[in-house]
Amino acid sequence: MNGEHSGSLPVRIEQDVVLARQLARKLASDCGMRLVDLTKLVTAVSELARNTVVYGGGGDMDWQVLEEAGRTGVRLLFRDEGPGIADLKLALTDGWTSGNGLGLGLTGARRLVDEFELDTVPGEGTRVTITRWI
Amino acid sequence: MERIPILRMGEFLLVTIQVDMHDKLAMRLQDDLTDRISATSARGVLLDISALDMVDSFIGRMIADIASLSRLMDAQVMVVGMQPAVAITLVELGLTLPGVSTALDVERGMQRLSQHVRHP
Amino acid sequence: MAALHGSTLEAIKHNQAQLLAQWVEALEANGANRNLKEQTLMQETRDFLQLLVDVLQAGSGNDVTGSDWDETRRFLEKLSASRAQLGHDSHQTVYFIFALKGPIFSLLQTHFSDDPARLAEQLWMLSELLDTLGMHTIRTYQKTREAVIKRQQEELLELSTPVVKLWDGVLALPLIGTLDSQRSQTVMESLLQRIVDTGSEIAIIDITGVPTVDTLVAQHLLKTVTAIRLMGADCIISGVRPQIAQTIVHLGLDLGTLTTKANLADALKLALKRLGVNLGEQA
Repeated sequence: MNGEHSGSLPVRIEQDVVLARQLARKLASDCGMRLVDLTKLVTAVSELARNTVVYGGGGDMDWQVLEEAGRTGVRLLFRDEGPGIADLKLALTDGWTSGNGLGLGLTGARRLVDEFELDTVPGEGTRVTITRWI
Repeated sequence: MERIPILRMGEFLLVTIQVDMHDKLAMRLQDDLTDRISATSARGVLLDISALDMVDSFIGRMIADIASLSRLMDAQVMVVGMQPAVAITLVELGLTLPGVSTALDVERGMQRLSQHVRHP
Repeated sequence: MAALHGSTLEAIKHNQAQLLAQWVEALEANGANRNLKEQTLMQETRDFLQLLVDVLQAGSGNDVTGSDWDETRRFLEKLSASRAQLGHDSHQTVYFIFALKGPIFSLLQTHFSDDPARLAEQLWMLSELLDTLGMHTIRTYQKTREAVIKRQQEELLELSTPVVKLWDGVLALPLIGTLDSQRSQTVMESLLQRIVDTGSEIAIIDITGVPTVDTLVAQHLLKTVTAIRLMGADCIISGVRPQIAQTIVHLGLDLGTLTTKANLADALKLALKRLGVNLGEQA
């Protein structure tokens, strides 16, 4: 693994969602994450990256490889300056749908990671941070 | 334009997904498949996802839609080769793909489709 | 921070053979060459000293996190990883670096015998440098050790709950003892993988030997069945006792088409019937 421990990737167009997935896969794989955990992380990344493009009007994915107190992990922050999520409680309810999707994929993504944080201000933007430890 | 190839195998169609699909490509597959089913009057579709190492809610939705659309056109869709890690993740996501038949591999998928066609 | 005096570097360079000899002697006395091939320690000490000399020669600062020190850090990372895997403890591993202090300090004492202030300054600088490199070595060592232990635990887990092939196309997973969440996850994952590897269409999960099943494990069991079906195989649960049945019902989990049998033998009979295998006589 090279010395890079953090970075950022623009998530503006559809193809970026694929790039985001591939980057997440590489980061998790380099850390030695098990296949099932890695798959869950990459899937969560796919959901959140898509949200950023489709609902957030495009944004960025900041990534970090964490090493704290003997454990290693991958943390990703999806941020956009889009319309934000008006009704947060509703959005985090299973099965809630906006547009054509099966939901914003938020609740699903939350189940796939170890840590999940969501900050949103209607009219200003959204920030979702997820973390998966080895 | 990038497309996922659809092969004809007798009265069935075979689709092998081997690339990391972006959303548009997935939608294009859906359109192409429904066109081909109609054009060939295929009775079954084998969707080989053994090379897919990730299925998210979008792709899951696409698979479920393909199954529904195909059924309306009297064709059964059989999804084959789902990887264990993908299956576990889909279950965790809460996506159980109701109405979608599955088989371990193409061979078994074909057997089941044939049975289904003979005894619907 | 003190800077390396030009003559210190010269002294080190001109006395490499002696330094190396004393360094290796100290290491061997400490048992650092346990399980190592004879020449390995010689080669490693030679390489490290060369790296050290090169970096110091280039006039790089003492910030070992900087890019000038990349190669040196990588060397130490490789070293500590190999020691961790060989089963050396952390003390022995970091001693690789600390054992160099003695020889270097003796050398400097001779070299700066008439300049105590300079001697103190150089000793301090080198000591700090070697300490920092030592810390880095320990950190890497710990990480590798943890990874090795984790892997061993996982392998043990897999060994203790084997998936057995009962028939062509039928796998059985006899679960024994109390299941904790972590173990049940690992075990289920290996079942799924065996299904793919063997192309088995039916998996029987036998819980006869499981005294109690808590909510988490019951949910996990049902998730496993769902995953197996998504993959194109099916699952039969055998050995479901009344208490466990109650837990599942109380959970309100959708049993749907979950197939259960009282014992493994019945489950196998059902599995074979589904696969169209003619059993001949009736039990």
